[in-house]
Amino acid sequence: MSTLEIKNLHVSVATEEGFKEILRGVDLTIKSGETHAIMGPNGSGKSTLAYSIAGHPKYTITDGSVTLDGQDVLAMSVDERAKSGLFLAMQYPVEVPGVSVTNFLRTAVTAIRGEAPKVRTWVGEVKEAMAGLNMDPGFAERSVNEGFSGGEKKRHEILQLALLKPKFAILDETDSGLDVDALRIVSEGVNGVKANSDLGVLLITHYTRILRYIKPDFVHVFANGRVVEEGGPELADKLEEKGYADYVNA
Amino acid sequence: MSVLTTNYLTPTGREEAWRFTPLARLGGLHDASVTLLDHPSLQVIGELPTGVKLSQSVSAPLSTTDDLVTERVRSAVSQELVLEIARDVELDAPIYLHRSGVSTGPEASRTLIKLGTHARATVIVENTGGGILAEEMEFSLDTGSHLTFVTLQEFESDAVFLARHHAIIGKDAQFVSTVVTIGGSVVRILPTVEYSGQGSSAELSGVYFATDGQHQEHRIHVDHNFPHAKSRVNYKGALAGNNAHSVWIGDVFIRANAEGTDTYELNRNLLLSDGARADSVPNLEIETGEIVGAGHASTTGRFDDEQLFYLESRGIPAELARRLVIRGFFAEIVSKIGIEVIQERIMDRIDSELSKVGE
Ligand SMILES: Nc1ncnc2c1ncn2[C@@H]1O[C@H](COP(=O)(O)OP(=O)(O)O)[C@@H](O)[C@H]1O
Ligand SMILES: [Mg+2]
Repeated sequence: MSTLEIKNLHVSVATEEGFKEILRGVDLTIKSGETHAIMGPNGSGKSTLAYSIAGHPKYTITDGSVTLDGQDVLAMSVDERAKSGLFLAMQYPVEVPGVSVTNFLRTAVTAIRGEAPKVRTWVGEVKEAMAGLNMDPGFAERSVNEGFSGGEKKRHEILQLALLKPKFAILDETDSGLDVDALRIVSEGVNGVKANSDLGVLLITHYTRILRYIKPDFVHVFANGRVVEEGGPELADKLEEKGYADYVNA
Repeated sequence: MSVLTTNYLTPTGREEAWRFTPLARLGGLHDASVTLLDHPSLQVIGELPTGVKLSQSVSAPLSTTDDLVTERVRSAVSQELVLEIARDVELDAPIYLHRSGVSTGPEASRTLIKLGTHARATVIVENTGGGILAEEMEFSLDTGSHLTFVTLQEFESDAVFLARHHAIIGKDAQFVSTVVTIGGSVVRILPTVEYSGQGSSAELSGVYFATDGQHQEHRIHVDHNFPHAKSRVNYKGALAGNNAHSVWIGDVFIRANAEGTDTYELNRNLLLSDGARADSVPNLEIETGEIVGAGHASTTGRFDDEQLFYLESRGIPAELARRLVIRGFFAEIVSKIGIEVIQERIMDRIDSELSKVGE
C-alpha cells in the first residue's frame, strides 16, 4: 500500500513578464488502488500539476511538497521519480527521431527494473501488451512517436504504463483526440493494468466521457490552479450537466 | 614533383571557397611553401575478388577543377591508384581501402575508382593516423552501375586532410556516398558530382562530429549538367566544445539543359555546447523551370529538452537519454548505409566523442 501526497503545492513558470504563478496551493492524496479524476477547464493548471510531479524543468516549485510514501519526490531527478514508481502519460507525447520503440521500451524497462529483461520473455511481453492495445507489431520498429497519429501516441503511452508497472499513473488528457473505439481500447488498457496491480490513478480530463470507461472513486474539480470542489463519481454527472461556469466565475 | 612557382593563386582567405577555412593550420597545402610527396598511401585490405583490378598508372584526370589544392595534387602525383570493377561484376562483400596516416611529410595521393557497365560494388575507405595529406579521388560510373562509397575520417587529432571526391555518373547509374568525419584537426572535403547520362542519381550523405578545436568542412557541389538526373544531399553534424567548427556548403547547379532534374539538399546541425559554431550555406541555382523538384533546408539548433524530459520521465538517466537522442539524430543517415559492422563502428565513434564532451 503506497501513498502519493501533494500538499499546498505552489508552482510558477517563467514568462516574458516575469514569474507567473499557476498552481496556488494544491492538496491531494492518492492511495494505491484508488482512481481520482481531476476535472477542470482549459488553462486551469492540470498539465502544470502533472508536469510538476514528474519534474519537468520548466516549472518552479515555490512552496509545498510532494511525497511518495514519505519520500521527497521534489528532491528527486526526473528519472529517479520514474524509478520510485511514478508515471506520466503525457497530453502531447514527444517525438524522438531515430530511437525505435523497441529500443526505447527496452532501455526504459531496464532502467526501471534495475536489470535488463530476459530476452525470451521480453519479446512475448511486448507483443502481448501491444496486441492488447490493438497496436500493429510494426510499431516496434518505428521511431518513438514520430509520425504517430494522436490515437497511436496515446496507445503508446498506455503500452509504456503496462510495461513499466508504476505505483501511480498520472494520465493527462489521455482521452483527448481519441475516437470512441480508441477511447474504449485505451481505457480497457488502463483497466487491465489496474486489475493486475494495485495501481493508483490520477486521471486528468476536461470531459466526462472517459469516466464511463474508467470509473473514478473520487472527483476533484480544478480551477485557477487549485482544487475547488471534491466529491464522489456523482460530481462528474453534475459537471456533465452544468459545465465549469460556476467554478470559473466564482 | 610539385613546382608551383607562381604564387598569385595562393588563397588569402577572402575567396568564397576559402573564407571559412583556417589557412594557417593547413601545413602549407594551399600555398607553395611545401613540396608534396607523391605517395600512394591507400592500401587494399585482404584479397581482391575476381573481376576487380588494382593498378598504378599514369592517367589524366577525368574532370576539371578550380580547386587549387587539387591542382597541386595533380602536379605532384605521377601515377594514380586505379581500382577497376569490370562490367557486370556484382560484389557482395565490400572492398576496404585503408590509410594509416602519413609519416614523412605532406603527401599527395590520387585514386580512380571505375565501375564498368552494370557493375555493383561497395568501397570503404578508412583514413586513420596523423600527418598532412591532400587527395583527389575520382569515380567513374558506367551505364547502370551502382557504387556505394563510404569514407571514414578517423584521423588522429593532429591530422590535416584536404580532399576532392568527384563522381561522374553515367546513364541509369547510382552513386551512393556517405562521408563520416570524426577525427583530425582540419578536414576539408569537396564531394562533387556531375552526370554523363539520363536516369542517373547521386545520394550524398554525411555525418560529422566536431569537438574542441576541430575544423570540419564539407563543400558539396552537384552539377546537374544532364537532363533527368536526381540528387539527394543529407548531412548531419553535432558540435561540442570550444572552437569546434563545422562548415557545410551545398551548391546545387541546375543547368539550362537539365530538364527533369529532381534535387533536394538538407543539412542539420546540433549544437551541444556554447563555443561551437556551425556554418551552413545551401545554394541552389536554377537555369530551367522544367524540373521535377528542387529544394533545400538547413537547420542549426540546440538539444531538444522535451525529448530528454520524455526519456528521463521513463526512468532513463539523463546521460543515457542524451546518448539515445544523439544516436537517434545520426541514425537516419547511418542506418541507411546497409553494412552492419560499419554502422556499429560509426555509432561507437559517436558514443566515444560524446563521452569526451560530458556535460
Ligand atoms: N511557459 C508558460 N508561459 C506562460 N504561461 C504558461 C506557460 N506554461 C503554462 N502557462 C499557463 O499556465 C496555465 C495553465 O496551463 P496548463 O497547466 O497547461 O493548463 P491545463 O492543462 O489545465 O489546460 C495556462 O493559463 C497557460 O497559459
Ligand atoms: Mg493540459
